[in-house]
Amino acid sequence: MQEPILVLAEHLRGAIADITYEMLGVGRKLADDLKAPLYSVVFGKDIVPVASHMGIADSVFVLDHPQLDMPSPDVVAALLKTLIEQKNVSLVLIGGTNVSTGIGPKLSFRLNLPFVNFCRNIWVKDGSVGLTSQLFGGKILSDVRLPGNRGVVSVYPGSFPPDAGKSDRKASIEMLDLRVEESKIIFNKYIEPEAGDIDITKQDILVSVGRGIANADNIAMVEELANVLGGAVCASRPVIDQGWLPLSRQVGKSGMTVKPKLYLSLGVSGAPEHVEGMKDSGLIISINTDSSAPIFGVSHYGICADLFDILPTLIEEIKTHKSG
Amino acid sequence: MIIEMDPVTINIFGVPGYVLFWVITLLAFGLFGKRIFDLVGLLLRARPENRFDHLGRRALYFVTYVFAQKRLFHEYVIGFAHLLIFWGFMLFAGTFAWNLLRWLFPFLPIPFADEIGLIRIFLLAFSVLVLVSIIVAAIRRAFFAPPHLQQTWDAVIILALISLVVLTTLFAIGFRAVAIGPTEAGLNPADSLLSSIFPSVPAPSARGSYLFMLWLHQLVVLGFLAYLPYSKHLHLLASPFSVLFGNVKQAGSLDVSGSNEESSTGASQWNEFTWRQLLNGFACAECGRCDRVCPALNSGYKLSPRMIVHHIKEHVLEAGLKSDHRKPSKGNGSRPLIGGIVSEAELWECTTCYACMERCPVLNEHIPLIVNMRRHLVGQGSVDSTLQDVLTKMSRYGNSLGQSERMRAKWAQGLNFEVKDARKEPVEFLWYVGDYASYDSRIQNITRTTAKIFQKAGLDFGILFEGERNSGNDVRRIGEEGLFEILKEKNLQAIEKAQFKKIVTTDPHTYNTLKNEYGLNGGSSDNERLPSDGNRVQVLHYTELLDQLIREGKLRFHRKLNYAVTYHDPCYLGRYNGVYDAPRRVLEAIGTRLVEMPRNRSSSYCCGAGGGRIWMSDPAPTEGRVETSSRRSRDGEDQPGVKERPAENRIREAVSLQGVQALVAACPKDIVMFQDALKTTGNEGKLTVKDISDLVYEAIE
Amino acid sequence: MDIVVFLKMVPDVVEELVIGEDGKSLDTQSLRMRLSDPDEHALEEAVILKEKFGGTVAVVAMEAPEVEEVLFTARAKGADRAVKLPGDWTGIQAPAIAKLFASLFSSGSQQLTAHTLILLGSQAIDDLEGEVAPYLAEILGAPYLGVVTGIRLDEEKKKAIVMKEFAGGLRGEFELPLPAVLGIQAAEKPPRYIPVAKVRSIMKSARIETVEISPPEIVSGLPVDRLFMPEVAGKAEMLEGSAAEVSARMIEILAERGLIGR
Repeated sequence: MQEPILVLAEHLRGAIADITYEMLGVGRKLADDLKAPLYSVVFGKDIVPVASHMGIADSVFVLDHPQLDMPSPDVVAALLKTLIEQKNVSLVLIGGTNVSTGIGPKLSFRLNLPFVNFCRNIWVKDGSVGLTSQLFGGKILSDVRLPGNRGVVSVYPGSFPPDAGKSDRKASIEMLDLRVEESKIIFNKYIEPEAGDIDITKQDILVSVGRGIANADNIAMVEELANVLGGAVCASRPVIDQGWLPLSRQVGKSGMTVKPKLYLSLGVSGAPEHVEGMKDSGLIISINTDSSAPIFGVSHYGICADLFDILPTLIEEIKTHKSG
Repeated sequence: MIIEMDPVTINIFGVPGYVLFWVITLLAFGLFGKRIFDLVGLLLRARPENRFDHLGRRALYFVTYVFAQKRLFHEYVIGFAHLLIFWGFMLFAGTFAWNLLRWLFPFLPIPFADEIGLIRIFLLAFSVLVLVSIIVAAIRRAFFAPPHLQQTWDAVIILALISLVVLTTLFAIGFRAVAIGPTEAGLNPADSLLSSIFPSVPAPSARGSYLFMLWLHQLVVLGFLAYLPYSKHLHLLASPFSVLFGNVKQAGSLDVSGSNEESSTGASQWNEFTWRQLLNGFACAECGRCDRVCPALNSGYKLSPRMIVHHIKEHVLEAGLKSDHRKPSKGNGSRPLIGGIVSEAELWECTTCYACMERCPVLNEHIPLIVNMRRHLVGQGSVDSTLQDVLTKMSRYGNSLGQSERMRAKWAQGLNFEVKDARKEPVEFLWYVGDYASYDSRIQNITRTTAKIFQKAGLDFGILFEGERNSGNDVRRIGEEGLFEILKEKNLQAIEKAQFKKIVTTDPHTYNTLKNEYGLNGGSSDNERLPSDGNRVQVLHYTELLDQLIREGKLRFHRKLNYAVTYHDPCYLGRYNGVYDAPRRVLEAIGTRLVEMPRNRSSSYCCGAGGGRIWMSDPAPTEGRVETSSRRSRDGEDQPGVKERPAENRIREAVSLQGVQALVAACPKDIVMFQDALKTTGNEGKLTVKDISDLVYEAIE
Repeated sequence: MDIVVFLKMVPDVVEELVIGEDGKSLDTQSLRMRLSDPDEHALEEAVILKEKFGGTVAVVAMEAPEVEEVLFTARAKGADRAVKLPGDWTGIQAPAIAKLFASLFSSGSQQLTAHTLILLGSQAIDDLEGEVAPYLAEILGAPYLGVVTGIRLDEEKKKAIVMKEFAGGLRGEFELPLPAVLGIQAAEKPPRYIPVAKVRSIMKSARIETVEISPPEIVSGLPVDRLFMPEVAGKAEMLEGSAAEVSARMIEILAERGLIGR
């Protein structure tokens, strides 16, 4: 029998992040294939209610401590190390998110275990664990092995269905009593996103612009399209970094995760960081000049064309349709 | 009695006339000389620039633009009036100089100029013509002022002074004729005419009036002299020199004269410009001809070529005259030039279309001024983020679109024949395709069409594949001189490796730079690199090549395109390089009926893409557009004045023509700009935007 | 304040990536290297901090094609010292890189004091074994934070106040004692433009130091079985035709789903 698999549950402001369910789902499958127990651990302050949702794990460990409100990677790595050594864990899954950045490498360094980043798939073949990681912004995939099925894995968000990690089963919770070391890093406060702008997560229709928009002036035309559709404009990171749209309009990693009924993407190539934030939209239609753009991989409908060729006609046709 | 008529031998307030005149003359010349000394001092402290070559051509320019005033005749009424005032002024200046000698040295055995009958006739004739011209000028100023004509008291003063000079002359001649009497010798038709106007004045008082007029005339002229260099009418003194030291070389070269290190850092204060660049301001009469043709200004942008020149003059006088000769002029409390007197935004608004320079009557050079200041901004890293992105892409990948070098010839994959690699086999024509024609999905089709035409004409041509890089035309005009040098260096290396006889280009911007800035055809660049056989390389635009192929009978057409088109002269093909007829001959050969737009040939109106503008953000025009609530303007400063983009203005001009089906262009950037503008002005369906290659291919098929 | 920026070159994805004959690594023939994007931001942030709070900036990079130009550009941007670590570092991964970078301090070439701030780019596109910053922090025993988008320095208290991104525009403010290691996601301002002439003149006047460092025993601890291209997911149904045809079809699709009213 294989040694246990551990999922580090991620949560932000009292809510479990989707990535946790993604990891629990794939972790469950791995554990079943390897005939190993699946553990989950939650560190935080006033966090017990969160833990109860993780019944899919065989055991859920909880450490509730006032100093764990927003623990630094150092503190988490130290606690994980103790837990792993106590429970003899072989494989650790950590979210590849901004919140958990750095925990994995630190843990791998302290335990002298290999660390695998950008993991998009995990499977078991002939008793060994294999992983697929994406490299170079998703342009190349890489299959790697974990010697002795031991290691720390950072799971790329959006790689696994979160639903597979949800269960009605009541979690068997074990409260931990570990010493929380004093952190050198002090968490001061949250800084809220710019207020006063449209909340793109609440829109039914989003028109998204990417690098292909070329120029800030062209945003006016996109806004016109969003207006006639009754939606709002959002964008991928390059557009936001140029200052052409406010930060609150960013979709993807570091930005918002959106699930509108219609996501119309214009000149968005579909880097994994962006796809992560929009792939669950109801209907995705994409216009891009590059027929091999990854965005077409997640779209329901695609148009390989210059967006400036389509847009004016589309706007007119929609106007005619609405008035007709 | 002529001797009694001498104005300087009489006593005035008990002082001999000539003594008084000496005092006044010294005073006037003192003021005049002091100012000229200071101004020339400024020019000498500016950066050096060699404008003493090509003396023959300079003399020819002087005759054409000073004596004949050719550039003024774009606006012919005021142009003719100005020519008369100019020649009248020359005559009056000549007689004044002559008389000055006689006034100062009464013992000289020479008559006064107006004592010579023939001169009197000329004086009379020009006085009348100048008066009429001044009335024309005054009426224009008051009632028909063209846009961008600077209305100043200076102008009123000068017109009044010239009128006084002329009127005193007229009156003096008249009173003289009356005083001498009709019977005296030395009278001529002028005298008779004038004396008949003053019949009732008795001789003695006529004599007094005559002397008074002479004195008044001299005082006005001397006052004029002292006032002139302190006013905008420094123009009178400086403009002959601005013409004489104008750019007599190729318009299309922005070669920096003087030391490269110095010049590529650009200019942010007066003494970082060259002396000729400072002379611009002195020579400018603020007539506004440049403003009237500027596509940026007429679109509602802040840039005004006239004000750029004027602001630099203001700055020179403010900072330069105050500064100590031995100390650098920074920190003497005057406003900074860039950011203070001239805003960064307006410097970036120039499309370098050359319309202002083409029109300037005194051959002022606006674009080098702007580029010089842009160089400074680039040196400071003050570059618009989109532009910065493009420059970075250009230095890394050699193209503005940031695509892989290896993909440069990908467009050719859609052809059913192989395009030769000029680096591997000899060809007759080396085709410089250019960035947009190579990479832009909207243009690639046209590029393939051009290739097919070349193929059908049996042309032996090849391309450089990934060896080709952006020529650097726009990069240089953005002010990134160092990057231009690198691009040029790399292109020249690739060109040296290829075997070919002539170069043909798609993009007029590339054409201009290869032709004028690479030193390939013995142009003005000091870096002369010639192909291995030592011959100079001819650079052709593809419209020139098409014209040649048609005339040689190599391109035959299967049908005539019997419809009407209009043609847009690209700035860098037309104004910069004078290629107006070749594309028109091609259009004629394929049977289209060419309907000219009102602004054609050298008056062509820029599409707004040049000088790097194509990559800068163009604020959306305010009229009839959707509000952009979420848009953040970069510096929080919107441009409410922008009426329409230059390309939109041009589209409207083309659409207004009767029965025209296509707007034909011969530049990839034009195609991009006009196709966009066709959509934004809602004129799709009324007109199509076509490349000349599209039409030629249509006639071949 | 002594700011040390560790820079890393990564394959340029604008160029086509080709998998080598062994099937486990990239074909180096067609590979072009460029400075990792977040590293460019780390450098920018360092120069901004120097301008605001004074001090010096040292940039350090492993030898790689085109790295000298990157180092000279960094000097032109305002770095006071540029160090190259010579050697063949093909295939080296974060744990080994961190050891390499850490030995710069143990070799005495660079001081590690309560005035030292170490900046790296947060996550590079080839960081298969994770980003370098946390490993380096482990070796140096210094506090670390990643995905940083803003830094203020409090020199008296010898600490840095940093902003870290979470998600959805939410950020957090943290305080770290110095010396500290930070993974920079984005500088306060986009990286500045340096004119070519400036880089060229720096190339003439400045020099790049080389510090010999003995290579770590292993460059990577993770066995790679194979590299492969992702399948071009042909999931989307492609709409073809003229702008008008495509628009009409799109409106049809939207109308079917009730996403467009009349």
